[in-house]
Amino acid sequence: MNNNGTVATLLRIFPYAKKALPRISLGMGAALAGQMFALSIPQFLLHLVNSLASHGTIAKLIPLVLLVLLMGALEACMTLLRRWFVLTPGTHVEAGLRRSLYAKLQDLPISFHDRWPSGQLLSRVTGDLSLIRRWLSFGLVLFIANSITIVIGLAVLFSFHWILGLIFLVCSVPIWFRGYRFEKEYHTVARLSQDQAGDLATSVEEAVHGIRVLKAFGRGDFMAGKFATDADSLLKTELKKAGLSANILIYLILVPEFAVGLSLFAGVWLVASHQMTVGALVAFFATATVLRWPTESVGFLLSMTQDAKTAVERFFEVIDAPVDITDPEQLQTITKPLGRLEFKDVHFRFADTAADKPDLLRGVNLVLEPGESVALIGITGCGKSTLTALTTRLYDVTGGQVLVDGIDVRDLSREELRSHIAMAFEDATLFSASVRENVLLGNPDASEAELKQALEIAQAQFVYELPEGLETRIGEEGMSLSGGQRQRLALARSVAAKPEILVLDDPLSALDVDTEAMVEAALRTVLSTTTALIVAHRPSTVQLADKVALLEEGRITAFGKHSELLATNAHYRYVISSLDEEAAK
Amino acid sequence: MTMQGVQGEERTDLTKAESREIRRRSLRLLSSLVKPIRARLGIGFVAITIAQALRVAGPTLIALGIDQALPAAMKNDWTPLWLVAGAYLLSAIVTAVLQSFFIQYAARTNQNVLFDLRQRIFKHTQRLSIDFHETYTSGRVISRQTNDLDSIKELLDSGGNEMIAGLLSMIFTGIALMAQNQGAFGILLISFIPLGFLTRWFQKNTKLEYRKTRVASARLIVHFVETMTGIRAVKAFRKENANQEKYDVLVEDYRYVNARVIQLFGVFDPGLKMIGNITVAAILFIGGSQVIHGDLGLGVLTASILYARRFFDPMESIAMFYNAYQSAGSALEKISGVLEEEPSVPEPANPVALNNPRGHLAFNDVEFHYANGKTVLPPFNLDIPAGQTIAMVGTTGAGKSTLAKLVSRFYDPTHGAVTLDGIDLRSIANDNLRQAVVMVTQEAYLFSGSVAENIALGKPGATDEEIVAAAQAVGAHEFITSLPDGYNTDVNKRGGRVSAGQRQLISFARAFIADPAVLILDEATSSLDIPSERLVQIGLQTLLAGRTAIIIAHRLSTVSIADRVLVLEHGRIIEDDSPAVLIAGTGKFSKMHKAYRDSLV
Repeated sequence: MNNNGTVATLLRIFPYAKKALPRISLGMGAALAGQMFALSIPQFLLHLVNSLASHGTIAKLIPLVLLVLLMGALEACMTLLRRWFVLTPGTHVEAGLRRSLYAKLQDLPISFHDRWPSGQLLSRVTGDLSLIRRWLSFGLVLFIANSITIVIGLAVLFSFHWILGLIFLVCSVPIWFRGYRFEKEYHTVARLSQDQAGDLATSVEEAVHGIRVLKAFGRGDFMAGKFATDADSLLKTELKKAGLSANILIYLILVPEFAVGLSLFAGVWLVASHQMTVGALVAFFATATVLRWPTESVGFLLSMTQDAKTAVERFFEVIDAPVDITDPEQLQTITKPLGRLEFKDVHFRFADTAADKPDLLRGVNLVLEPGESVALIGITGCGKSTLTALTTRLYDVTGGQVLVDGIDVRDLSREELRSHIAMAFEDATLFSASVRENVLLGNPDASEAELKQALEIAQAQFVYELPEGLETRIGEEGMSLSGGQRQRLALARSVAAKPEILVLDDPLSALDVDTEAMVEAALRTVLSTTTALIVAHRPSTVQLADKVALLEEGRITAFGKHSELLATNAHYRYVISSLDEEAAK
Repeated sequence: MTMQGVQGEERTDLTKAESREIRRRSLRLLSSLVKPIRARLGIGFVAITIAQALRVAGPTLIALGIDQALPAAMKNDWTPLWLVAGAYLLSAIVTAVLQSFFIQYAARTNQNVLFDLRQRIFKHTQRLSIDFHETYTSGRVISRQTNDLDSIKELLDSGGNEMIAGLLSMIFTGIALMAQNQGAFGILLISFIPLGFLTRWFQKNTKLEYRKTRVASARLIVHFVETMTGIRAVKAFRKENANQEKYDVLVEDYRYVNARVIQLFGVFDPGLKMIGNITVAAILFIGGSQVIHGDLGLGVLTASILYARRFFDPMESIAMFYNAYQSAGSALEKISGVLEEEPSVPEPANPVALNNPRGHLAFNDVEFHYANGKTVLPPFNLDIPAGQTIAMVGTTGAGKSTLAKLVSRFYDPTHGAVTLDGIDLRSIANDNLRQAVVMVTQEAYLFSGSVAENIALGKPGATDEEIVAAAQAVGAHEFITSLPDGYNTDVNKRGGRVSAGQRQLISFARAFIADPAVLILDEATSSLDIPSERLVQIGLQTLLAGRTAIIIAHRLSTVSIADRVLVLEHGRIIEDDSPAVLIAGTGKFSKMHKAYRDSLV
C-alpha cells in the first residue's frame, strides 16, 4: 500500500500494454508540450505589459498578441494530438485485457468457478477494465505531464522573483503530506468499494437466476431487503471515498489560492520597492492561473491511480489463479480409440474438505470394456456425479488414475480427451444459439442425418414444431423450454457428439414415464456400440445398462447384473428397489 | 415497431418520434429521481454558488491590487494592500471549505439517487412476471443493473458536481468581465457562436454512438454470464474456442463503438480549447489597444486576461460531463424501458384479505393460451376441496405445469378465474397469496449463503430449531450434518458442491418451513434417489395432512399418497377419480400404471 506497491502493481499491466506504450509516451509528450505552450503565454504577457506600461504602440502590440495566439493554437493542437495518440491504443489494451481474462476464465478448472461467484467475475470484466483503460490513456498521461508541468511552472514562478517562488514552494508542503496519507487511506476504501460492487452484482445475478424460487415463495421483497443492505454498505464506502477526496481537494484548492493571496501582497510590495516590474507581476499571476488546473487535477488523478491499482490487483487475482488442470507437456494420443474406460484406485477429495473427514472417493476400481454400459448407483451425495466429472477432467483425481484405452487422462490433451467422452449433465445447460448449434456443440460437422438421428434417440422431435424449427434460438439457459425438453436436448447433444464413451448423469430424471420409455428404447441402439457410464436413480434407467456398479462409502462395493445384485446385495436393494416395489403392490 | 418498454431495445436507428418518446421517458425517470432530493440540491447549489462567486472575485482583487494598492503603496500607503491581500486570503479559505463541503454533500446526494435507482430496478424486475423473464433473458436484466447503472454512477460521480461548479464559474466570470471590460465581454459573446456549432456537432454524433455502446456492452455481458454459468458444459463439449471467437468479436464490436465515441470527444475537447485560446488573444489585443489609448488600467487588463482564461477552464469538465451524460442517457433509456414494463400478473389495487386460508381451490371456466395465441388449456372447470391431495399425470406438454402455474399465479388465466377459498387469486395481495400458496419446482435454485439460510428463505426469521425440524421432516437432516460445516455450509455458486438431489431436498425443506395452505410440487422429486424419495414420501404424509396439495410427478409411486388423480392430455382433463378406481378401470391411467408396474423388477 505504499508508493512502491502502487508502482509495482501498476507496472504489471504494462506487458499487456506493450504495443500501446510508444503512442502513450508520445501522448505524454504532446500533453507536456501543450502545457509548455500554455506556460509560455505569460512570458509574452510580461513583455506586452511592460511595453504597455512604458507607453507602447499598436505596432508593438500586434506581434506579441500574434505570438500569444500562436501559443494558444499550439496548445489546442497538442491536446488534439495527445488524445489522438492515446485513445485508440487505450481501447485496444482494454479489449486485449478483456480477451485474456475471458480466455483465462475458460481455462480455469471447475473448482475455481465453484468458489467464485460470477458477479465478481463480471464486475472484473466490465467496470474494472474500463478503469484501467482510462487510467492508461488519461490518468497516467496527465499525471506525469501535469507533475512535470507543476515542477517547471514552479521554476518559472521562481524566475519572476525568488520570494514569490518560495511562497508557492512552502505552501505546497502540506499537499505532499496529505497526498501521501490520502494514497494509503484511499486504496483501502477503493478496494472495498470494488469488492462490494462485485457482491452487489452477485446479488443481482442470483435474484435473476433464482426468480422462480423467489416468486414461488413471494420472497422478492425479502431479497430486495438484503439487496438494500448490500447497496447501503456500498453507499457508505462510496461516501467514505468522497470524504477522502473532499479532504484532499481542500488542500489542492486552498494552497494555490492561498499562495496567490500571499503573492499579491508580496508582489505589490516588490513592485512598489522597484525589485520587480509590473509586467512580471502580471505574468506571475497569469502563470499561477495556468498552473491552477494541473494542481487541482492531482487530486482526481491520485484517486484514479488508486482505483486503477485496485482494478489491476483484481484482474491479476484471476490471471494469477493456478490452472491446476492443464495439458501435459508430453502429450499422448489415442491412435485407435476403442472406448475402454478404467478407474484405478481413484481417490478424490475437495480441496476445502476438513482434515478429519475422509476422502469422498476412496479407491474406486471399475473397468468399462469397449461397448459396455454400466449404471452407477448410490445414495444422494455419495460421489457419483463427482466420479463422472473425473472422466473428462472437470476435476482431477487426488489419487489413483482414470484411464481411457489404457492411457491416463492426464496424459491426453483436454481437447482430445473431451472429444472421446461426451457428457450429459443433470442440469441441462443450453446456450443462446439455435437448436442445431446446441445439439451439434460437440460435433459441428455432423451430417443432417446424424442430427436427425440424435434428436430421434433423445425423443426431441418437438424441436421441429418450434417457430423456426432447428434454427430457433433457444433463450439463454434454454429458459423458454421445459426441464424435460432441455434434458432431452442435452441428451441429443451428447449422442450427436458420437463419442467412444458416453457419460450420462441422471439423464432422464425430468422425463415423464412414456417419453422415458421411448428414449430408453432408442438409446439401447446407441449403447450397444458405445461405452457408457450412466448415473441412475430408477430401476428403469438401470436396465439400460449391461452391468451395475454400486458406489458406497467411496468405493465400488458391488458390480454385476441388476438381477444378481438385487438378489445378493442388501444395500443395493435399499438404494434401488424398495419404494417402487411397494408402490407397485 | 413500437418502442414501448423493452421492445426494440437493440435498435439504434430510431425515428425522430421514437427518439422523442424515449427521451421523454428517460426524463420522466430522471425527474422522479431528483424529486425527493430537491431540498438537498438547493442547499448544495447555494454552497457552490458562494464558493464560485468568491473564487471569481480573485482576479478583481488582483486588478485592485495592481491598479489601486500598487500606486498607494508607492506613496507608502499600505492599508489598501493589506485589505486587498487579506480579502483574497479570506475568500480563498472560504472557497476551499465550501467546495469541499459541496463535494461531500453532493456525493451523498448522488449516492442516494443511485441507491434509489438500484432499488427501483431490483424491485421492479422482481415484480415483473415470469413471462417477462423468460423472453428478456437474465443476462440483459443483469446488464441493466450493473453496466448501465455504472455509467449513471459515473455521470453522478464525476460529472455532476464539476458541471454545476463549472457552469457557475463561467457565469460569474462572464459577469465580472462584463462589469470591468465591456469590449472583452463582447468578444466572449462572439466566441459563443463557434462554441454552439461545435457542441451541436458533438451532440448529434455521440447520441447514436452511445446507443450503440449500450447495445454492444449488453451483448458482451450476456455472452460472458452465459459462459460462466454454463462452464461445465463449455468444458465438456470443448466449446472454449468457439466461445472465445464469438467473444472476441463482441469485444471488438464494443471496443470499436467505444473508440468512436472517445474519438468524437477527442475532437470536441481540443476544439473548445482552440476557441478559448483565440478568445484570450483577441481580448488581449482589444484590451491592449484600450490601455494604449489610456482607457484601461493594467490591472483591469490582467484581470480580463485571467478571466478569459478562467472562463474556458471548466469547459473541459463540462465537456466531460456532457460526455458522461450522453453515455448515461443511453443507459437511462434502457433502464426506463425496463421500468416501463408492467407485470402481466399485476398486484391488485384493492386486495381482499385472505385470513387463515383453508385451501379450497376452484377453476371457473378457466382457459389459458399464450400471447401468440397457442392454446394450452381449453376452457375447463375444476374444484379441489380444502385438504385434498391431487396427483396430476400426463405426458410432457399436456399442460400440468401450466395448471400449477395458474394456481401459484405465475400466470393469470386468459379467461375465467382461479379462486382460493372463493376469492379470485387476482384480488389477493401478492404477499398474502405467497403465504398461502407455495410451489416447489424441479429446478431447485440455491442462493449463495449457508444451507440454513437457504431453508429459512421459506420463512425469514425462522429459528435454528425450526430449520432443523424442517430438514428432518423431509429427510435432509442427515446429509446436511455430514457437510463440512453442517447447516452453516456455504452452498456456493449454483450449489456447486451440493448434488442435484440434495438441492431438491433443501428446497423441499424450504417449502416445509413455509407451511402454506396450498402446496404445489412440480417434479420436485425428480432427482432424488430412492431412499431419499422414500423419506420424502413419509415426510409428505405428515406434511400434506391438513393442506391442499397438487403433485406433478413422472413417477407413479407418488400417486399412492394422492386422494385423487387427474390425467391430462392436450390440456384437457380426461380422467379424474381416486387412484384405486382409475387403476381398476380401463382408461389411460390404468394403462400407464400397468406399464409402470411392468417396468419394475
